[in-house]
Amino acid sequence: MSYSEKVLDHYEHPRNVGSLEKSDAQVGTGMVGAPACGDVMKLQIKVGKDGIIEDAKFKTYGCGSAIASSSLVTEWVKGKTVDEALQIKNSQIAEELALPPVKIHCSILAEDAIKAAVHDYKSKHGAVLEAPACRENCKG
Amino acid sequence: MSVPGFQQDFFQLFGLPASYRLDNALLEQHYHALQEQIHPDKFSHLSEAERRVSMQWSARVNEAYQTLSNPARRARYLLSLHGVDSQEETNTAMPADFLMEQMEWREAIEEARQARDIAELDKLESRLQHELHGLEAQLADKIDIARDYAAAAGSVRKLKFMERLAEEIASAFDAIDT
Repeated sequence: MSYSEKVLDHYEHPRNVGSLEKSDAQVGTGMVGAPACGDVMKLQIKVGKDGIIEDAKFKTYGCGSAIASSSLVTEWVKGKTVDEALQIKNSQIAEELALPPVKIHCSILAEDAIKAAVHDYKSKHGAVLEAPACRENCKG
Repeated sequence: MSVPGFQQDFFQLFGLPASYRLDNALLEQHYHALQEQIHPDKFSHLSEAERRVSMQWSARVNEAYQTLSNPARRARYLLSLHGVDSQEETNTAMPADFLMEQMEWREAIEEARQARDIAELDKLESRLQHELHGLEAQLADKIDIARDYAAAAGSVRKLKFMERLAEEIASAFDAIDT
């Protein structure tokens, strides 16, 4: 299997490897896995008070394409709002890294990891943010 | 020459009940008996068309054997007979605690590999065997007794991760050997 230069670059110099404090209210953690190949990916985001993602970290056990996909999305999400981060599509990741068809599932894994991380972040805040808004709206 | 019908599923082909729990000795026995019966060399006196049929048969019997003799493939095949897809290609949402354990497994294997710690790898391997047996018992319960194929699909996906761990451990042993 020949990897593209971009995959090799991320594989050899992965960006943002590491962990954030899972219990921190500002941190959202996404854990996903690909049964087909047994790859596992943990992706975390740290969201500022303005709703902007200020940091992202990942840890991936998988092939070069899975590592490159997660490394790339940690770069992409920084500076985005959580809702903008949800817009990232696996096809964009696959295109940027020139992934061959058999490695598309690696980019799907990275997209799902971001979604899971945002979901985790939102679920930590959902009760606080959404309930009061609903109470006001639902009164009338 | 008598060959079984093409419409038969893999279990029928070997005359075995369609269940996850399987008599391995019986599978082996029936596999060899079928191979004997349809081996292409036996039909060298027949026409080319007939020989081609026997080759297709040989291939089908081999495929059936490869499928039924492997626990994950057998489970996946049983689910497909019941119209359930095990979603190994598409479903990335495994239970969080399971994925966390996977991370820990991979870390432990990686550390043992780097430390060239054969005793630790042996320990990990026997722990993995233990977990695999547990998972297979769960699959047997879900498929053969509860007939809960959706739940079984989740167990098949787990089994795939465990198979990957076994490969990682084997490759760590290889790396230390060389």
